[in-house]
Amino acid sequence: MTSAATTATAPKLADRMRAIVGPTNVLASPSDLVVYECDGFTIEKNKPDVVVFPTSTEQIVAIVKACGELGVPFVPRGAGTSLAGGCLPIGGGVMIALTRMKRILEVNYRDRYAIIEPGVVNLWLTNHIKPNGYHFAPDPSSQGACTIGGNVATNSGGPHTLKYGVTVNHVLGVELVLPDGRVVQTGGPHEDNPGYDLTGVIVGSEGTFGVATKAWVRITRNPEAYRTLLGVFESVDDATNTISEIIGAGIIPGALELLDSLILQAVEAAFRFGFPLDAGAVLIMEVDGLDAGLDQDAERIVEIAKRNNAREVRRANTEAERLLLWKSRKQAFGAVGRLAPSYCTQDGVVPRTKLPEILRFIRAVGTKYNIRIANVFHAGDGNIHPILLFDERDADQVKRVLGASHEILDECIRLGGSVTGEHGIGVEKIDFMPKLFSPEDLAMMVRLRSAFNPENRCSPQKMLPTAGACIEQSKAGRHAAM
Amino acid sequence: MTATVDSPRISLPVTPAKHDAGIDYELFLDCVHCGLCTSACPTYLELGDENDGPRGRIYLMRAVTDGRIELDDAVKGHLDLCLDCRACESACPSGVQYAKLIEPFRIHMHKIGVKKEHLSWLQRMLLFNLTPYAGRMRLALAPARLAQWTGIDSLMTKLGMFNLLPSSLRQMHEMLPPLKAHYGSLPEVLPAEGPRRARVALFTGCAADAIFPETNYATAKVLQKNGCEVWIPRKQGCCGAPHYHSALEEPAKQFAQQNCDAFLPDGSPVDAIIVNAAGCGAMLKDYGHLFHGSPQEEKAALFAKKVKDINEFLIELGPIQPMHPLKLKATYHDACHLCHGQQIRKQPRQLLEMIPELQLTTLNESEICCGAAGSYNLTQPEMAERLGERKAKNVLDTNAEALFVSNFGCQIQLGRYLRDKKPSLTIAHPIDALWASYNGEKL
Ligand SMILES: Cc1cc2nc3c(=O)[nH]c(=O)nc-3n(C[C@H](O)[C@H](O)[C@H](O)COP(=O)(O)OP(=O)(O)OC[C@H]3O[C@@H](n4cnc5c(N)ncnc54)[C@H](O)[C@@H]3O)c2cc1C
Ligand code: SF4
Ligand code: SF4
Repeated sequence: MTSAATTATAPKLADRMRAIVGPTNVLASPSDLVVYECDGFTIEKNKPDVVVFPTSTEQIVAIVKACGELGVPFVPRGAGTSLAGGCLPIGGGVMIALTRMKRILEVNYRDRYAIIEPGVVNLWLTNHIKPNGYHFAPDPSSQGACTIGGNVATNSGGPHTLKYGVTVNHVLGVELVLPDGRVVQTGGPHEDNPGYDLTGVIVGSEGTFGVATKAWVRITRNPEAYRTLLGVFESVDDATNTISEIIGAGIIPGALELLDSLILQAVEAAFRFGFPLDAGAVLIMEVDGLDAGLDQDAERIVEIAKRNNAREVRRANTEAERLLLWKSRKQAFGAVGRLAPSYCTQDGVVPRTKLPEILRFIRAVGTKYNIRIANVFHAGDGNIHPILLFDERDADQVKRVLGASHEILDECIRLGGSVTGEHGIGVEKIDFMPKLFSPEDLAMMVRLRSAFNPENRCSPQKMLPTAGACIEQSKAGRHAAM
Repeated sequence: MTATVDSPRISLPVTPAKHDAGIDYELFLDCVHCGLCTSACPTYLELGDENDGPRGRIYLMRAVTDGRIELDDAVKGHLDLCLDCRACESACPSGVQYAKLIEPFRIHMHKIGVKKEHLSWLQRMLLFNLTPYAGRMRLALAPARLAQWTGIDSLMTKLGMFNLLPSSLRQMHEMLPPLKAHYGSLPEVLPAEGPRRARVALFTGCAADAIFPETNYATAKVLQKNGCEVWIPRKQGCCGAPHYHSALEEPAKQFAQQNCDAFLPDGSPVDAIIVNAAGCGAMLKDYGHLFHGSPQEEKAALFAKKVKDINEFLIELGPIQPMHPLKLKATYHDACHLCHGQQIRKQPRQLLEMIPELQLTTLNESEICCGAAGSYNLTQPEMAERLGERKAKNVLDTNAEALFVSNFGCQIQLGRYLRDKKPSLTIAHPIDALWASYNGEKL
């Protein structure tokens, strides 16, 4: 581990950074740094010593070289919507904010790819290519804000990844600045490059391999048509059984999303879609593709839902209705702010058939710890998102939330699943890694990381536990939360 | 189960408040720090600095309130750079009431002596002593009107004579759009055409009336045409927004009081108070909140309830179909105080689409502030210019021949950044277009 900048080295560090990127691209005053102490995960906080806003790959090369010379760590940051604390600057050091590298460098419709800088917001790319009938398929719920650099780092998914795949399926190549300042390019505009699939390894490395400075991403033709249905169920069990049956019947929906009654309250307050507030759960079910055949699929889905006691199945009749329905779903996390001052989203995965079981378990855990838990998730791929509601000012509640979260995630593992479907390990889930993987597995991962980031200077103490991690993590220099 | 954490790794102290800005602390807690608002914020879009985005600004205000950081120049700079456009409120799924945080916080900054912004005495004079008074403003603009018509204006520009003016006056001169003839004054009451469908009062504003008198004229005429009896109270005054947004609460309240008295005299209730400027409308609709907890609250709230934006009112009333075609490719910019402040987006578009042969195209980033934001272009000229240029580019990309916007402040700003780039572009209020189409006049 590299050591953090001390009060003596911090000003020197800031000066070095100013020399590289210019004074307007550096933040170093205490009040300017405070907002960078956390991302979408607010349970742990620590300020970086400096924030830099590079505007080119060359500047990033110079920045990481300077960090090497001065012996300080650095961490890349996109929009800071990580829910796992991926941007937490452990040990301080330099935060490399990529929000000023936001150009769409090229769009090639014939070969169906785009070259973008990492700070491009996911939805900007889709908006940019929409007039030509294309979109960028990974659609995390945070797509209006999160950057594609962040998507690449966390291998983001979204409602439509059930059919279209996660980010890694849509990244053809990456330009990466390694922690020693070398620049490598993996892949490129073409498919199937010979050699090892390094792009596949970099996507999902959560910023622990280096700084992604450019990406070649696939662009996808918009489906010719959609049928979007809303199934209203008396119980969560009925809804989850419907999911299993739909997939069992061989239908591949574009998306299958479940919202339970608590989340419905929040979403309805925010968007007034007209969700039934007395329902046990609703399912958003969408099929897309060629227009011919869609009605047939939709009818089979309605049949299955009815067989599983659906109270009613509604259909989005206009594009505006469809968009409102998706907006309600995608902004559901944020809408829980209406229910409680703080929330903590978990991101477990279970085999689809175990959904009823894990949801019953979550209910029991909520009662045990006296914590309200709302559920909204990508049901099609068994990726659950229990949202635990609390008040961060109450230390006892925080403790109970952490306890409940851990129990839920342990249960996911027990059921044959995992502790993250899409948000990543970050700092939040690091303690689970030894439960998910054998020491040999973890050692292999450390060796792989070492190939890119041998001194662990880039985003230290993320994703892979270091020996004695807990002790190191609570050492002085970590600031208390607000 | 094992794995429960014995103690969280950090403690969560509730720090005693150092600054009491009179903010309801619970309002801070509505923010769950998700970051979904960041890319809706114009200043964040431009700068990419979390400190200049909504999530960061809320974080800063809370950190100051908690006594974690000083209210230093850096913090003040980030808060002053905020446009008050409220795009963050539209974007926030959690229902954060951003305006209710920043407004009292700014007033507090002002009270404890942190200077709000760098307005020169000349700008202050113009902003607070001239523009809020319709009569004074019209008189002051008379020489400008004359100069523009006689061509002296362009001659002076050519000779570089405006360079001799103090920079703030020069800036204001540059902002001034081509002025049309003032309609003089409308009668106090205009009778309804046909059977009376409503009785409304018209808020004519101050600066707006002096610079774009044609829009007030068109509004009155359109209302008349739609069966409304229009009353223009003579004792009305400025809405108070310039003062309120500059943290001058008292004068804002005086204007509010004046308007409540002018528009709600005893015994002759109107169905609605109509306003055609988004900025004024948002302020008028907020009078209840302005007098919160004081004896005037009830009357102010009644006033606020009656206020309707002209677009909103006409769509609710059911507008009569305009007949004369306006063969134009047009686009529409959402004024912040209309789309974010009043959640009015569809209505002006619906009105424009009623006009025969007018073809409405989508404006990219239509809901991103143009940089006008009240006195913002005087206090933050650099950011105002960046946003003005950004908007101009988006407008030019549409190839539209006409640009509509329901707020005079935006109209001035858009004109400033588009006049030279596309002299043929018409910039007007949707009601100007509607009146032209009713009346068979050219726009
Ligand atoms: C309301 C809400 C809903 C969400 N919904 C989803 C969802 O549906 N699906 C999903 O997958 N995620 C979701 N997320 C999580 C988050 O939005 C994603 O992980 C997203 O990809 C993060 O992007 P970002 O730009 O905010 O990255 P950041 O939060 O800034 O960073 C995330 C991680 O990526 C690293 N990183 C960022 N940029 C780079 C780069 N250029 N090079 C190397 N490393 C980099 C950072 O170091 C960090 O470890 C949600 C978050 C929120 C708040
Ligand atoms: S203001 Fe709203 S959208 Fe922005 S971070 Fe807070 S909760 Fe999220
Ligand atoms: S009011 Fe506008 S400028 Fe201010 S934080 Fe919100 S979105 Fe940004």
